[in-house]
Amino acid sequence: MLVTERKPIDELMGFLGEEKRVFLLGCDGCAAASGTGGEAELAQLTQELKDHGVAVVGRKVVEFLCQKALIRAALRPMEDEVDAADSVVVCTCGVGIQAAATVLDRPVHPACDTISLGGIRGEWQGEERCQECGQCFLDYTAGICPLTACAKQLVNGPCGGAKDGRCEVDPETSRCAWDVIYERLRAQGRLGLLRTDTVLRKDHAKMRPPAALRGTRRWAIDMREDTGEAR
Amino acid sequence: MLSELFADGKFVITSEVAPPKGTDVAELLESAELLWPRVDAINITDQQSSVMRLGSLIVAKLLADRGMEPVFQLTCRDRNRIALQSDLLSAWTAGVKNVLCLTGDHVALGDFPDAKPVFDLDSVTLLEAARGLNCGQDLAGNELQGACEFCLGAVVTPEADPVELQIIKMEKKARAGAVFFQTQAVYDLDAFAAFMDRVRPLGVPVMAGIILLKSPGMARFMNRNVAGVRVPDALIDEMTQAEDRVATSIRIAGRLARGARELCQGVHIMPIGWEAHVPAVLDEAGL
Repeated sequence: MLVTERKPIDELMGFLGEEKRVFLLGCDGCAAASGTGGEAELAQLTQELKDHGVAVVGRKVVEFLCQKALIRAALRPMEDEVDAADSVVVCTCGVGIQAAATVLDRPVHPACDTISLGGIRGEWQGEERCQECGQCFLDYTAGICPLTACAKQLVNGPCGGAKDGRCEVDPETSRCAWDVIYERLRAQGRLGLLRTDTVLRKDHAKMRPPAALRGTRRWAIDMREDTGEAR
Repeated sequence: MLSELFADGKFVITSEVAPPKGTDVAELLESAELLWPRVDAINITDQQSSVMRLGSLIVAKLLADRGMEPVFQLTCRDRNRIALQSDLLSAWTAGVKNVLCLTGDHVALGDFPDAKPVFDLDSVTLLEAARGLNCGQDLAGNELQGACEFCLGAVVTPEADPVELQIIKMEKKARAGAVFFQTQAVYDLDAFAAFMDRVRPLGVPVMAGIILLKSPGMARFMNRNVAGVRVPDALIDEMTQAEDRVATSIRIAGRLARGARELCQGVHIMPIGWEAHVPAVLDEAGL
């Protein structure tokens, strides 16, 4: 299971900038079990956004957001609502956020940080991977993870090693992640996102799951609630 | 310090030496002594192509001790932010004043492909860390007992595609503290002129990179395999038809350096074993 935590609303509001109309996507898989991506959490986020002057024009909990085919099928009847939104806010793990960004081809904002795979791997068929870094960067990178898609895990732009858009490590099979990020942002008219003064720095301390989470059922489903010990 | 030379409006000339795989520095020092009378500073590469070698920091100190001006090249490949900052403190203490901050090649390219690729910081955050040390603070905001005053440089690839992405990162590097840029090898002066037109508003000095072409085969190899290097067909033809390859190579490099003088603020010559020919290149360029 991918354990996720909701990002603070202020961080999310920073991602939204001038955007005032959003569509919310949840996930009924690991995120719902994590208490971040189910219908109840989406309803709560809807209220939080409303309190900050942002309207939710539609929302949908997809069975498994890591499955692109399921996202397409679930959103087909809701095209008008998605189109009416400035962007899509996704409440799930890094894999689901990337899958949504690929399917939707529009600005997608992560509402969660992914903390741990939790030992049991969710299943996905796409190429999106999540590092469980605990500080989701996907808002800055068009929904393409620079930690898993870039061989050097570069978060502030490409190195000089790509040739013809291919990565120096494995040019036969790997595109330069930053080339893909650039193309997607250009197609969406959002290159300005790369030109901001923001310099990102990895915080490896966030890769250690918070101690407060460790004694919870969300962390270990077979944990005894009375003693906090494994069964 | 290189920043003083740029401030004086000098056209700055640098070259570089590569530390050996091992401890015998005789040949390296010979190359450096040969270059030094003709250049303003000498870069020392940091385990280039991810091949394990003698460290650039100790070689930078060896050159500084001999009265030369070293440019300590520092990559993010092998060190986390603790080691990078510590090495920067060591460099300043050793009398090294110029640092070129790079991401570094991936370990997969070198002789230890099974090593852990670190990349804890990237070139932008490394520059931020180094600038912090100049201000008496480490990256975490802790105060230093004795600060640094480095002249910080970075690199850019004018022939990268898309070049816009390179320029965006170049702007980030300048904001993070880079006060000069060295470029990947330039072979097409018209394309380089167009690049300079785009980056001149940044107001940061740029040194054109020049790699001596040793043969037409080397040019074709670089076109196929080296990121950001494009040798035009005309230069490959010139090398192919050359009766004296060394003389032709010197003539081409000299021509590029002369052309660069009209376009940017310096040249960085990468001789790759042909250190002995660098003076002739500079003669040819009138530098």
